[in-house]
Amino acid sequence: MDFDVLVVGEVRNSKIHSVTYELTSKARELADKLGSEVEVLLLYSRCEDELEDLIYRGADRVLFVKNEELKFFNQEIWTNIVTDVALKRQPYIMLTGATSSGRTFFPAVAAKLNTGLTADCTGLDIEEETNLLLQTRPAIGGNVMATIKTPNHRPQMATVRPRTFRPLPKDESRKGEIVELKPDESLFNVRVKTLRFERDESQNVNIQDADVVVAFGKGIKKPENVKYISELAEALKAAIGASRAAVDAKWIGYPHQVGLSGKVVSPKLYIAAGISGAVQHIAGMQTSEYIVAINKDPEAPIFRIANFGIVGDLFEVIPELTKRIKLEIEKSGGKNK
Amino acid sequence: MRIIVLLKQVPDTDEVKMDEKTGTMIREGLQAIINPLDLHALEEALRLKEKKGGEVVAISMGPPQTEEALREALAMGIDEAYLLSDRKLAGADTWATSKALSKAIEKLGKFDLILAGEKATDGETGQVGPEVSAMLDIPFSTYVNRVKEVTSEGLVVSRVVEEGYEDQFLPFPCLLTVVKDINEPRMPTLRGKIKARRAELKLLKADDLELSESEMGLKGSPTRVVKINYPKISRNAKIYSVKDLNKALDDLVDILKKMAVI
Ligand SMILES: Cc1cc2nc3c(=O)[nH]c(=O)nc-3n(C[C@H](O)[C@H](O)[C@H](O)COP(=O)(O)OP(=O)(O)OC[C@H]3O[C@@H](n4cnc5c(N)ncnc54)[C@H](O)[C@@H]3O)c2cc1C
Ligand SMILES: Cc1cc2nc3c(=O)[nH]c(=O)nc-3n(C[C@H](O)[C@H](O)[C@H](O)COP(=O)(O)OP(=O)(O)OC[C@H]3O[C@@H](n4cnc5c(N)ncnc54)[C@H](O)[C@@H]3O)c2cc1C
Repeated sequence: MDFDVLVVGEVRNSKIHSVTYELTSKARELADKLGSEVEVLLLYSRCEDELEDLIYRGADRVLFVKNEELKFFNQEIWTNIVTDVALKRQPYIMLTGATSSGRTFFPAVAAKLNTGLTADCTGLDIEEETNLLLQTRPAIGGNVMATIKTPNHRPQMATVRPRTFRPLPKDESRKGEIVELKPDESLFNVRVKTLRFERDESQNVNIQDADVVVAFGKGIKKPENVKYISELAEALKAAIGASRAAVDAKWIGYPHQVGLSGKVVSPKLYIAAGISGAVQHIAGMQTSEYIVAINKDPEAPIFRIANFGIVGDLFEVIPELTKRIKLEIEKSGGKNK
Repeated sequence: MRIIVLLKQVPDTDEVKMDEKTGTMIREGLQAIINPLDLHALEEALRLKEKKGGEVVAISMGPPQTEEALREALAMGIDEAYLLSDRKLAGADTWATSKALSKAIEKLGKFDLILAGEKATDGETGQVGPEVSAMLDIPFSTYVNRVKEVTSEGLVVSRVVEEGYEDQFLPFPCLLTVVKDINEPRMPTLRGKIKARRAELKLLKADDLELSESEMGLKGSPTRVVKINYPKISRNAKIYSVKDLNKALDDLVDILKKMAVI
């Protein structure tokens, strides 16, 4: 019990967000090395998914708080409840997703608990001799990978980049318990009020959760040409990303920006069209599993981090690629994915 | 309105080197700039002051050369600049940085608002804003892309999250971290530059903070960088010329099929 790992999960749109399963899987591996248990904490007002699923995928215990006040994300309520749970359960390690909410409430929790927090990890392991958590993260625009320890403070806390770890397959023979927590009313009594949430209806904005991101840069030349990218994205059911140059030119909104001053993405497939590959852009996409670059300049730095490159005019390549993909999907009976 | 801006000076290069022994960055010899997002925080502070009156104060913790960043902020139009610089504070992680900053802020008198960047381009944790607010026990919000309304009680802000925008109300005093979408920072004026050169910086030392040495700098930091790697990012791409477009697309479609993307 002394080495328990607590995962703070996320429920979005009444569904358990994938990062929760990813972290539960990693937590299972860490807890097995430590001979301890995995607890997953969920805060929500409504959840359509079965909580048992988390047990089938690695948790020993699911703790949940269900309350109407949790309908919208509220960093203060989250900080209060998670701090309270941490004080009561004294976990050895605490993990959450490096999402906009995780990166918001977790530092506040770490400050309240007077412990360290490692940001945006892409690797976690247990050091055999010391049983300490080894936390690896990219920093300085991906130019360095730092391994960080929290030797003397507890819990050892980390936010973890989504899509870094794979969820465990479902094993329905796994047993565990589900426990409802009823935090003190006072923890809901907060100063920040979330007034409303407005879903961005502009096409495919959630670039951080997408399996495929099709991104464009200055190379598309004018806003009318975004359609070539949209068509490819549609065929691939992909989200659309963009370089800062394209966002600054107002060809697409800031939520689509990938990079150091935008979002960090790690999709299965990242297609970069007409993007030169500046370090600040690469910082936001270099952990993608497979990178395809299309650029007319053979010297463009984007080719150095690509798995697959086509040197050529994107206006020639992209429509042809879109056509081929549509054809391929048709051939396979119209089942995309 | 009295607004405090947290400014960090960061190296302006992609060739940052690390001291392998201490795991801290070697900052000497690098061109230093104001963290780009902090310019947006500064700009927002100046705009709020222009609208509502008041005062803008900047504080920065760092080595003595951080003075340059503060002078630049003075040239942009802030009223007062505080430099928190002391060897004892060196090597601080985000907890120790936030501890020192929040103690210093307590020395600066009453304020309504603290503005910070969402993250710095070197450490890139984005943790200092939320940690400072927790230590000062004031409400906070992050990823702010618009200050929509300012009343005598507080602010309504919009924040950018994965799937859209969220509006939040925060009463004063509070802290916000901002993203670049919030505004377009101004350039310093010539008059501002001249004034900034003569302006007096206020200096704060570790001893002013009422912290024990075990709460300061590397020693006071719960986290420790134990190893640094410089990853080789090359993936040895297969490169095709557009002349072989058909072959390229054949191969690519095969790969996408294997990846189960199509
Ligand atoms: C502090 C800071 C933060 C930054 N943050 C970010 C960030 O978050 N994200 C980001 O992306 N950038 C960021 N940048 C900007 C970055 O340095 C680059 O300026 C930017 O990424 C360039 O965008 P681009 O590749 O679209 O444009 P360019 O560099 O102009 O590249 C356009 C490319 O298109 C190619 N091209 C042109 N026409 C065609 C065609 N017909 N077919 C095929 N290819 C063509 C060209 O060969 C060229 O390689 C940041 C910069 C700074 C200083
Ligand atoms: C490779 C590497 C990895 C690191 N990883 C971690 C880690 O995972 N966890 C950890 O706790 N520490 C870490 N650190 C240490 C951390 O970078 C420093 O504590 C740094 O001083 C503050 O963190 P940041 O650069 O991430 O700032 P951020 O939290 O990203 O900065 C956000 C905003 O806070 C304000 N701010 C930040 N620093 C100052 C300052 N000195 N003065 C005034 N305002 C400021 C600015 O407004 C800034 O825009 C790491 C350091 C290195 C070199």
